[in-house]
Amino acid sequence: MLAGCEERLSTVHPAGPAASAIADLWWVLLIGSVAITLLVAGLVLWAWRRPEGAVSERRFVIWLGLAFPMTVLWALLAYGLFIGERLLPREGPDTLVVTAEARRYEWRFGYDDRPGAVTRNRLHIPAGRPVDVAITSVDVVHAFWVPRLAGKLDAVPGHVNTLRIEAAQPGEYAGLSAEYNGPGYRGHGFTVIAHDAAGWQAFLQGEAP
Amino acid sequence: MNALERHRALSRIWASDPGWRGWFTSVNHTDLGRMFMAVSAFFFIVGGILAMLIRAQLASPRSAFLGPEHYNQIFTMHGTIMMFLFAIPMFEGLAVYLLPKMLGSRDLAFPRLTAYGFWCYVFGGAMMIFSLLAGIAPDSGWFMYPPLSSAINSPGINSDFWLIGITFVEISAISAAVEITVTILRYRAPGMSLARMPIFAWYALVTAVMILTGFPPLILGSILLELERAFGLPFFQVAHGGDALLWQHLFWLFGHPEVYIIFLPAAGAISTILPVMSRTRLLGHQWVIASAVSLAVLSFGLWVHHMFTTGIPHLALAFFSAASTLVAVPTAVQIFAWIGTIAKGRPQMHLPMMWMLSFFATFVIGGLTGVMVAVVPFDWQAHDTYFIVAHLHYVLIGGFVFPMLGALYYWMPHVTGRKTFFKLGNTAFWLIVPGFHGTFLLLHWAGLLGMRRRIDTFDPGQGWEVINIIASVSSFVMAIGFALVLIDVVVNAAVAIRGSRDPWGAGTLEWAMPTPAAPYNFASLPQITSREPLWDTPDLPVQLARGEGYLGDPSRNRRETLTVEPATGAPEYIVVFPGNTALPILMSAVTGLFFLGMLIKAYWLVPVAAVGVLGCALVWAWGLQRRTPEGPLPVGRGLSLPVASEVAHPPGWWGSLFLLLADGTFFGSLLFGYAFLWTIAPNWPPQVWAQPGPHAIAILATGAVLAVIAARYARLWILQGSAMIVMGASGVLVLRSMPDPTVHAYAATVWVLVGYAILHQFIAFVTAVFHGMTRVAGHDPRTGPGLHRITVLWSDYAVGVSVIGIGAAAIPGFV
Repeated sequence: MLAGCEERLSTVHPAGPAASAIADLWWVLLIGSVAITLLVAGLVLWAWRRPEGAVSERRFVIWLGLAFPMTVLWALLAYGLFIGERLLPREGPDTLVVTAEARRYEWRFGYDDRPGAVTRNRLHIPAGRPVDVAITSVDVVHAFWVPRLAGKLDAVPGHVNTLRIEAAQPGEYAGLSAEYNGPGYRGHGFTVIAHDAAGWQAFLQGEAP
Repeated sequence: MNALERHRALSRIWASDPGWRGWFTSVNHTDLGRMFMAVSAFFFIVGGILAMLIRAQLASPRSAFLGPEHYNQIFTMHGTIMMFLFAIPMFEGLAVYLLPKMLGSRDLAFPRLTAYGFWCYVFGGAMMIFSLLAGIAPDSGWFMYPPLSSAINSPGINSDFWLIGITFVEISAISAAVEITVTILRYRAPGMSLARMPIFAWYALVTAVMILTGFPPLILGSILLELERAFGLPFFQVAHGGDALLWQHLFWLFGHPEVYIIFLPAAGAISTILPVMSRTRLLGHQWVIASAVSLAVLSFGLWVHHMFTTGIPHLALAFFSAASTLVAVPTAVQIFAWIGTIAKGRPQMHLPMMWMLSFFATFVIGGLTGVMVAVVPFDWQAHDTYFIVAHLHYVLIGGFVFPMLGALYYWMPHVTGRKTFFKLGNTAFWLIVPGFHGTFLLLHWAGLLGMRRRIDTFDPGQGWEVINIIASVSSFVMAIGFALVLIDVVVNAAVAIRGSRDPWGAGTLEWAMPTPAAPYNFASLPQITSREPLWDTPDLPVQLARGEGYLGDPSRNRRETLTVEPATGAPEYIVVFPGNTALPILMSAVTGLFFLGMLIKAYWLVPVAAVGVLGCALVWAWGLQRRTPEGPLPVGRGLSLPVASEVAHPPGWWGSLFLLLADGTFFGSLLFGYAFLWTIAPNWPPQVWAQPGPHAIAILATGAVLAVIAARYARLWILQGSAMIVMGASGVLVLRSMPDPTVHAYAATVWVLVGYAILHQFIAFVTAVFHGMTRVAGHDPRTGPGLHRITVLWSDYAVGVSVIGIGAAAIPGFV
């Protein structure tokens, strides 16, 4: 299940820092959840077999019901907030900006570093550099999603949302529209092409489409 | 009079009409509760068939079974039906059936309103079914995001069916919620203080108040979107100062509380059933109530967690993320209180208890995945994938359907009066629960592998095939299980042997009557001294049947019940209920014509139907008025009480109060929308403002002052009504000064604000004149204090919304 093109859209096979951070978060969440599920299942089993008799309301309500989830949740919130802050698009020396404009059923990409160039359904980026994608829509609500690189962000008409993506290695990464947008929804995707340094220079000079 | 004679006399008074007429004229809560539940079960079957079509389509890659145009209608209608036509009405039906019996009353607060709501639900649901059969069903997803659902991208009638049909159905939710709230607060047996009230009633009260505050944003959003579609008022069109995100805010302001509106009744059933099955009392009773209340409060602060990917600033997201994870705390309190209840009791493995255990096994997982998606970065990946589909089914099926199946098997002996004889239900359990987990557990993983929700088919080679075939096969196993439940219920209801009165040994009042319940519920009403009256007084049913409680004497020959002071449960007054009538079904049919006119764009029909509804409402209300006072009447046990028409705060006043709570939430949502567009939407400010001039403001102020003063004096009803006309004139002046509402969302919103104010001036005018007519007709003033206070309520509300609404519309023109 984990081989070859099956990973094309997988969030658990990250190929960039944002997707990696979220994949790590997922494994932490999964382990924690399995532990809590087993705890609750064990408690139910214990409760079932226990002979009739008074139990401590304080233990069940205050400790298990209030204190336990509060502790876990605050830790989790702090962790989530920390990761979320790290993934935000912030000013940096080698950050570059591209634009993504969604419509039914096409994506058009523009490049601050190559003014005037528009690519359709193919987004070119340099590998190993953070890229801020300025996302908008000309018709309905869409979402820009490259599962192996980062989370998704909506393309809302009249608004511009910025998503930070980065590919660690050169290669092609599948992208999708991830907000239902009508009959052509299934096929509405695009490809991110991450170039090595030489390839990116070639793209900027207009050698690659 | 012996018990049998009393039974005969009361049955004659309370019985529904015989034969087929009874179906249409009954206002009895037992009848209507059963009809509500039966119809919602029908919609569950329809929604289930749609789910089977979805799973058949997704069983294999590149399936050619359904094309996107059909698939999109099917998944939209699956969600819509399950949410609006199954889950909420099922709660309403259960509450309508159970509450008076649990609370020791003979019916709900407004029997005709029960029937009206039910028929609105049936007619609105029929509209939706028609669209499905005709192949013109909504196809924009159950949350209907514009601009996808707007006229430009969805020009057909499909979206209109959703907006108009669901709004029609929501009349039943609002009317049931008003009814449930007033019933729980006032229609209880004497002595049943809040502390002695059954836990299910607490949950139902919280749920009903949530419906009153949760549904109005949706109703507002639907009205705005339909106004945009039908008349071009651009609330959601960014080029004209609207914003697609406004819909998302309004929808999820409803949509998140909705999840708890569905979960809380099920939690109420668990809190009722699980202690009985464990032969003990609920652990941490007060804590459980506090959790239900705090869940309700918190649930209104979470809606943005459905919008984590819409580009809202991260710190704002952090706030909603915190609120979303925090909601797990009251949920945990309840779960551990239930586990503690099992621990302290002597649990028995009956079928209802098995469903409780399946709830634990399912809902805990759904809750934990809920915490996962409340963590913002994880949601950025999981959002709109099958991870969410799996999560929401764990929550809704685990948190609602499974407990409700437990409730079904727990209360079925009550409804049918028979033993559960055939054991098909156990087989069904072992098909449904493993079938459910087989369907949805692995779909979480498909989502993480990039499978988006709502795709109509998929390509092979992405690691999804095995998961999907397992899901499809398991879903059919689950469906067979549900079919067995249906057969089991029908067979048991039809042919099983008569059962004993209280088969589970429960302590609550609904078991203190012969089953199936007589139309009058209790031959006389009990005096309550604890939370489990049947455990204190095992022969209570016999005492009540002998007429030893209140209102055991049927000689006044009319439908009577008692109301109590809300907190202490001290008896306060007698309510005389109306008899069987076809007025509710007639009025809901006319209401249906109103919506039908909107739907098929036969706009001449809309005002005609509106006048018809008003006419029905006037006839309805006139029937409640009394010409001459009766004074205090004996109610048994040496007590005498006045009747409702002679007290200051009759049921109609309480009903108006809670209806106004929903109405005020609607108005608040509208103001929120206005402020949201003003601050967030691109293309603001508009180029032209309304310029009503100072005279419009002066007229409004004059009318408002007059209305407030005149409403205080019952004899000034003419002045009270006239003040409304004066305020209406100011509204018309503002509208005349308005720019074209199709050009910019500002003008469109102001039209709605002022239109809302004028509508309420009209309602206040009608109530004032109605009150005046009772005086003209020579009714004794002692029968009118409650009616007068109702007019004050509506009048003051109209003044408030006029000043705020017309003010908000007019003031920008001055600055």
